[in-house]
Amino acid sequence: MKLDVQLRMRLKAEDRLFQLEVAFQSAKSLIVIFGPSGAGKSVTIQAIAGLIKPDSGRIVLDGRVLFDSKSAVNLAARERNVGYVFQDYALFPHLSVAQNVAFPLEQSFRNGASGTAVEEFLAKFDLTDLRTSYPRQLSGGQRQRVALARALIRKPDILLLDEPLAALDPVLRGKTRGELLKLQQSFAVPMVVITHDPADVEAFAEDLIVFDIGKVAQQISIDSNRRASQVREVLGLG
Amino acid sequence: MTDALVPLLLTLKIAVAATAIVLFAGVACAYLLGRYSFWGSQIIDAICTLPMVMPPTVLGYYLLVVFGRRGWIGAWLEKSLGIHLIFTWQGAVIASAAVAFPLVYRAARASLGSVDHHLENAARVLGAGEAKVFFRVSLPLAWRGVFAGTMLAFARAMGEFGATLMIAGSIPGKTQTISIAIYEAVQAGQDSVANFLVLLASLVCVCILAASGKFLQRQF
Repeated sequence: MKLDVQLRMRLKAEDRLFQLEVAFQSAKSLIVIFGPSGAGKSVTIQAIAGLIKPDSGRIVLDGRVLFDSKSAVNLAARERNVGYVFQDYALFPHLSVAQNVAFPLEQSFRNGASGTAVEEFLAKFDLTDLRTSYPRQLSGGQRQRVALARALIRKPDILLLDEPLAALDPVLRGKTRGELLKLQQSFAVPMVVITHDPADVEAFAEDLIVFDIGKVAQQISIDSNRRASQVREVLGLG
Repeated sequence: MTDALVPLLLTLKIAVAATAIVLFAGVACAYLLGRYSFWGSQIIDAICTLPMVMPPTVLGYYLLVVFGRRGWIGAWLEKSLGIHLIFTWQGAVIASAAVAFPLVYRAARASLGSVDHHLENAARVLGAGEAKVFFRVSLPLAWRGVFAGTMLAFARAMGEFGATLMIAGSIPGKTQTISIAIYEAVQAGQDSVANFLVLLASLVCVCILAASGKFLQRQF
């Protein structure tokens, strides 16, 4: 799976206007985008998902052109087959866990989606007992599982995760890192993870893309044998 | 006594029809103006709100100009479809709909606008087309505001007087709504009729408020 992103956008952050200019390519399965708040990381993955339109550039996923300003291609979000897990999970509050997970499979206005696929996914993500609960009744970790199940049930070509562990407490974070890695392998879906936590970089990155305000500062391929020390080096940690 | 019920039933008929129209039109306009911004959208927004602040007789006059026998739309309706609206209950429906429209429109805009756009984006990324985003996410999350606006619209349509009188007149059994009937009874010194109609109208309003309050409560 090859992801090729080039984009330019003018952004407003608080009172400043800044130019976001991003260019990176990767064929790895686990890409981590690391950088400070306001660097443009979320905007970048929103552009990949089709939720924001860059001013110019080109986004190609596995040979499919998702966006190309020169040839006026701009696929709607629903056509990109990209999975997205929002920072606050964005679960539909008026739908139960089962309905949330089934949402992507609903045909036209019918509520009942393919029953067995949904049940399978609920079981896979340990949500069967929670199927009739509503998001407001769930813990942070449970909500994340629902968000992941909902994003993956459509078998996306790539999964984008915006700070997936930020809302979890440190103990849960460690456990969830392991689960995300397992998920990546069992679904064989490439993941792009945004984070500002070096521990996440250490755990996940095969390709690390470091953002500075408004641009990609560097892109490094992480060698799995020297993972921890290399990451520390790159991020300038002791 | 049953004679006195006629204005009430007529008013209910007109108000229900007008509310149905503005519910659909108000939500549709709120959705379109909220989602797409284009040159002139602010002007259209102002026009949609105008009937709320305009004196009803002024609005009635404008409706006459548009829908009257020699009006812009009225003349066409008469010529091609043989429909005339002046002095008919359908004309009264248009008058009530015109005054009630802003109430649904503004409530719908506020409600739809307050739906977390992350949720709408999540739906889009999950493969939902715009219709599914609206009917499965935006509207269900905005329905309480829309409902409240609709109840206000219904009450406004029930009580419409000025614009209705201008466009539909006061024909007993056809266009004499309860507000107009009360006015005429008072003018003619028919106090007992007026009392009865006022009591009836008040009772209906209280029942509507109570019912809608209970309905809103029951949801959670």
